[in-house]
Formats: sequence, structure tokens, C-alpha cells
Amino acid sequence: MSQPSSHQASSLRADLRAIVDWIKPGSHLLDLGCGDGALLAYLQREKQITGYGVEIHIAKVNECIDRGVNVIHADIEAGLSEFADNSFDYVVMNQTLQATHYPSDLLGEMLRIGKQGIVTLPNFGHWRCRVQLGLQGKMPVSAALPSAWYETENLHLCSLNDFDRLCADLDLKVLERQVLNHRHARGGMAATLFPNLFGEVALYRVARQ
Amino acid sequence: MASADQTATDHSVGLVEPQTFQFDEPLLLVCGRTLPGYQLVVETYGTLNADKSNALLICHALSGDHHAAGYHEGDARPGWWDQHIGPGKPIDTNHYYVVSLNNIGGCAGSTGPTSINAETGKPWGPDFPVVTVTDWVVTQARLADRLGIDRWAAVAGGSLGGMQALQWTIDFPDRVASALIIAASPKLSAQNIAFNEVARRAIMSDPDFHQGRYAEHAGVPHHGLMLARMLGHITYISDDMMRERFGRELREGKVNFGFDVEFQIESYLRHQGETFVDRFDANTYLLMTKALDYFDPAEPFGGDLGKALANVQARFLVVSFTSDWRFSPQRSREIVAALHQNRKPVSYAEIESPDGHDAFLLPHDRYEACLRSFLAQNQTAGRAH
Repeated sequence: MSQPSSHQASSLRADLRAIVDWIKPGSHLLDLGCGDGALLAYLQREKQITGYGVEIHIAKVNECIDRGVNVIHADIEAGLSEFADNSFDYVVMNQTLQATHYPSDLLGEMLRIGKQGIVTLPNFGHWRCRVQLGLQGKMPVSAALPSAWYETENLHLCSLNDFDRLCADLDLKVLERQVLNHRHARGGMAATLFPNLFGEVALYRVARQ
Repeated sequence: MASADQTATDHSVGLVEPQTFQFDEPLLLVCGRTLPGYQLVVETYGTLNADKSNALLICHALSGDHHAAGYHEGDARPGWWDQHIGPGKPIDTNHYYVVSLNNIGGCAGSTGPTSINAETGKPWGPDFPVVTVTDWVVTQARLADRLGIDRWAAVAGGSLGGMQALQWTIDFPDRVASALIIAASPKLSAQNIAFNEVARRAIMSDPDFHQGRYAEHAGVPHHGLMLARMLGHITYISDDMMRERFGRELREGKVNFGFDVEFQIESYLRHQGETFVDRFDANTYLLMTKALDYFDPAEPFGGDLGKALANVQARFLVVSFTSDWRFSPQRSREIVAALHQNRKPVSYAEIESPDGHDAFLLPHDRYEACLRSFLAQNQTAGRAH
């Protein structure tokens, strides 16, 4: 490829970088809600992964094609039945699950298709959210939740504790969890000790039990 | 009539002239018969580069031919895919050497039912062998050999043309770098075949058909072919499009309680049918619909399209249109799924369009952007090698 890779590599967002660290080179990956394909482009180049993105917005689909990312223009909630069981090493949903109608079903589908799932979510249990809702009595708006309630794409927000519980209910094993602050840097001591209070974005790597 | 000035400003390839290639090597067809030799009429646009790595093959659909872009001397209308082929257009002739041919069995100059059968000295007519998509791909490969093209940078087509592009990737995996499969299907549905059969019956039951030997009777099955085209045309456009363009509009503003043309849609369809009869051969129409019906690249693989595509080497772009009910997006998704199964590189775009199956021929920003992006990637990939 003749893309200027060094520029793109350095501009990869920190939350994407954290996902990258989890991915073994040469794996086969499906990115659900892949947006402009930045993650896949990076992984193809730096980790020789193969795979596809799935994206609902045609303009983003076009951006993916532009950067040489294989992309399927489709609504992930309209069904992923065309993908066979265990056909991917990883299925990624980066800031996507909370914007779907049936997150629990989708999580199940993710781990039918993929051996492992990687999910990133805004943490609704973060102290700033709690302050805004609990003390100020308004829907939280933050770096991780940038849109007002009437224009957000998010439908099913949750805290880390909630997501942990869902994983347990679905009999999923959390292989790894990482929390980031709003600058997408790794959370400090506070976030490590009290992730549900101090983590703004959570990254999960999950598998079936 | 397109003046040189006009064509230069609208990104047209300008005036074009077809060339004829004669092939004397006999061609054993899928049907078991052998065509002793044949001619292909071909147009090319753009310039073949020194290492012959920028060639792009255009495959035509049911009623198409070699004249895909630019103007013929004296013509007011350009080629059938002129919207998308030309300098600066999605299939950019500044970068690509575009090759477009009329398939055998056709009626625009390549060997077909209207050609003279050397054995009898008479037109082939209904004796022309039934040709398949696989046969066409073989003739296209021989054309590539003749042009010195080892590997197409891309093979592209819409509808039946997309089916040829798909067949190319299966039959000659190392000769196709990328394939653009637009508004196509991995095989026809029973409903598709049903429409084709009605079209064929319309032609064959015309009293002027004479078992296909109408040329010997100095006539053509005008009404039958017209009906076939009218029926076909209904399947090319969407219900919404018909409603929007014609609605229930009456030509004279009132009903006349008769069977003459009253509604605008009737007038439109008759016009489509009539202009078609002037340029198309009925026996060719029969052959083309059969080629569609028989297309099923999965069949030799026990019906498993995934197996059929196991050895393809091309990058794929699959495009469908939301209002296409002839070959719906679902049919394109079948191709995409079979490629996924084999972990092959494929992108898929489902273009929001009211224009039905015909959308692949028409202007559409998003559609054009996808073609452009996919083909631009081809160029960067090509340069990196």
C-alpha cells in the first residue's frame, strides 16, 4: 500500500491503540460499526490482519473503500446470519453496542461469529455522570458522552458494573478489561482501584465460558 | 450530434470507432456444439500502458453491446455506460484502458444469429448455438490474449455483465485483479426465469417469428419482440419510480373507454418496445435470456457458491440498489457471503436509489463515489507492486 502509514499510525486514537494491543498479528477480524475504517486500516498495515468492517452509513462505507478497507454496507442489527459460527478470531464493537436496540442479542451474535469479542463502551457510572444526574439532575454530557439526550445515537447506556453483570448473565468470560479517561489515556490509580467511578471509557475482551 | 467541443467539455471519450477481431480457432461451447470461428466487435477507450497493467474489461448486459461510451459519428446519444466511463469519470479513461465488446450471440456486429453461417451461406437465425456466460468469458479471454493483456486490472459489469465479471474470477482467477459486480445475482430466481419465459413466448408466438427464420421471410417478429421488451422494462424500473414518473396520468387528460394508449405508462412502454425492435434481433433476445437462465457458477460445485469462489484471487466490489427488485440487494449479499466464507477481499455497497434495476446505468453520486474509490485503490495497489 502506498498510504502514508507513519502519519496514520501516530494519529490512531488511544482507545483504538488499546484495542490494537489485544489483537494477535495475522488474525481474522470483523469490526461491527467500523465507521471510516481507521482501526481496520491500521491493523491491516501493522498487524497483517484480514477481515471486514460493517458500516451502516454509506459515506463512511465510501471512506473505508477509499483507504482500502473491506467493508460491508449493512445494518448490524438487521442480522449477522450470513457470518458462520466461529468464523473470526475477533469481533470488535467500538463504541457501538450502546447505540443498538438489542445489545444483549448482539453480544450473543458477536460471540457466535467470533472466538473473542472486543467491546468498548462509555461508562455511565463515571463520577461526572453521577454528579450531573445525581446532583444537577440532568442527563450527563461529557467527552465520552458528547451529545445532548435529544441528539445522541446512544440507546442503551450502562455502567461497568452493569456490563459485568450482563457478561455474567450471558455466561461470558471477561478475559481482560481496561478503563480509560476522557483523553483516552489509561486511567490512573483511581481508575484502577475504582473503575466504575473513575473510568470514562471501558474496553472489554470477552469470550464464551 | 456531438461536436468535438461538446464532447471535450462533458468528460466524454468523444468519437469512437469499433474494431472487428476475427478468431479462427474453433470454440467448443458449453452446450456441446462447436462454433468454427467468430468475430468480435470491440471498442476501446483510453491508452494501454507499457506493461499492459491498466486494462479494464466492460461486460454488457442483456440488451447492451460494445458501444459503452462516447459517440458514433452522427449519433445524438452516447454509449450505454457513458455516464460512468470517460476522462475523469468513475471508470476513468485517463487511467484505464477500457475494452468493451459485443458478445457472441449478439446482434451488434459480433457473430450471432444475424451473421452468415459459412456452412449454409444463410443467416444462422435459430440455428445459432445456445451460448452461456462461461462461453462469453472464454471468448473475452481470447480477446485479452489478442490484445496482449495477461491480467485485467478490473472486469466490470452490471446485471448480466456483473455475472460475466463473477464468472471471470472463477474461470481465470489469475487474470483478474479486481471485479466490479453491480446489480447482479449469483443465479436467477424462479421469478426471474418466469419473466424471461414470458418474454420468449411473446417472441416465439408472434406469427412473423417463423421458427426463428424470419430473415428468410423478410420480416421480423415485431410485436413479440416489442412485448418482450415492454415486459423486461417493467422489471428494470421500480414501482415507486413508475408512480413518480407516470402515476395514473392520462395522455389526453380523460379516459376514452377503449384499448388505445391512454395512460402515460402505456405510451412509455410502447415507445420503449418500438425503439427496441428497430435495433435488436429477436433470436439474440432469446439467446440472452437463456444465458441468464443458465447462469449458475455454483452448479458445478454442488450448488455451493462458496466452493465456486474458493480459488478467486480478485478484489471485489459488489454493488446493489435498494429499489432493484429484479436482482435485489439480497442476491448481491449472497455473493458477498460466499466471498466472506473464503475470507476474500470484498466491499459491498447498497445504494439508496428509486431507479430500480436500471440504477446501475444512471447518475448517482454515492454509487459513482464507490466505483471511483474502489478503482483508485486498484491504482495505488498496482503502483506498489
